[in-house]
Amino acid sequence: MYTTELQKSNQVRAIEDPEKLAAFEARVAADEFIEPKDWMPEAYRRTLTRQISQHAHSEIVGMLPEGNWISRAPSLRRKAILLAKVQDEAGHGLYLYSAAETLGTSREEMIEALHSGKAKYSTIFNYPTLTWADIGAIGWLVDGAAIMNQVPLQRTSYGPYARAMVRVCKEESFHQRQGYEIMMAMCAGTADQKRMAQDALNRWWWPSLMMFGPPDADSPNTAQSMRWRIKRETNDELRQKFVDITVPQAEALGLKVPDPALEWNEARGHYDFGEVDWEEFYAVVRGEGPVAKERMAARREAWEEGAWVRDAAAAYAEKQAAKKAA
Amino acid sequence: MSKDWPLWEVFVRSKGGMAHRHVGSVHAPDSEIALRHARDTYTRRMEGVSLWVVPSAQISASDPEDDATLFDPAADKTYRHPTFYDIPEDVKHI
Repeated sequence: MYTTELQKSNQVRAIEDPEKLAAFEARVAADEFIEPKDWMPEAYRRTLTRQISQHAHSEIVGMLPEGNWISRAPSLRRKAILLAKVQDEAGHGLYLYSAAETLGTSREEMIEALHSGKAKYSTIFNYPTLTWADIGAIGWLVDGAAIMNQVPLQRTSYGPYARAMVRVCKEESFHQRQGYEIMMAMCAGTADQKRMAQDALNRWWWPSLMMFGPPDADSPNTAQSMRWRIKRETNDELRQKFVDITVPQAEALGLKVPDPALEWNEARGHYDFGEVDWEEFYAVVRGEGPVAKERMAARREAWEEGAWVRDAAAAYAEKQAAKKAA
Repeated sequence: MSKDWPLWEVFVRSKGGMAHRHVGSVHAPDSEIALRHARDTYTRRMEGVSLWVVPSAQISASDPEDDATLFDPAADKTYRHPTFYDIPEDVKHI
């Protein structure tokens, strides 16, 4: 899963030591990796902390739309697969929180920021999963878009983030393939099942395109992030790539992408496609997504219900340590 | 609200004969739970045959600012490398 960078504010260049800043920029331009103890501009640290923690939050919240289908998976095979996928999402969240912590923000602060609504996560998880076909569409489209976003991040300039991305990318391919296999099964099934698959594609297509973030023209920090190698490709480039590889996959399923403007452009060598409803995107970013409140309520409840376990384990560890010392 | 559990660095031996390698970190109240969390987080796909966990606070690291003085002296001691020595070509096995 993935999140795009959603909150922006960058204007600290003036306070940085110009010599250190120049040395840092030269290292990044030479494709060197920056490691936790290296000097870095505050704006770099802040942008990365925000991006990595939003990414981590997205993995964690991303468990919710799928988790509610584990008990309703249509077979034991599907149930085992979905459990493994949801467990992977938890793992991805943990790799990313660890990477973000190396920048000096505690896990507790990040989780607090998510639960208070201060931190964002990917807009995609604020849409409901209405039928089993949605689990197929999520794996195929949402994890597919995530892979498209994450592959270039394996070469992002911050070492711990890049290493976390290598692990995530290795595991993500299974997620996409299991989703596509669900879609294949439904499209080869009864007319009703195929209708469900088409309905899921209809509902998930546009939100998936939104996962790449606003158009480049409305993404003022893209240039800075590209220069610092935090980002390696622009939102629009990645979105185009995603459309180009996904349309033939839909055709192979016998499904129709819900975009009347979609057309192969021979001259460009790419698909032309319709305009994303950016008002809907910004509304979901503002927390007006169809199930945004349920997601955060479920997340907070899980955290609070688990508090006694965390406290008991900490108390036990303290007691054991005291015994040892005595 | 409860506080974060302490942080542990995780090292995995990918297979017999290889050294343990740093893979990331986990939070845990003690070493036993740290090992369990490390197992679930970093070895879900046969990535390893052995795990180490070390309290992050126990690791001492060199400072990148000292890199020049710490690692540079090796560069002017080229006589530490075998290619420093010219041996005639007809002398074999050396």
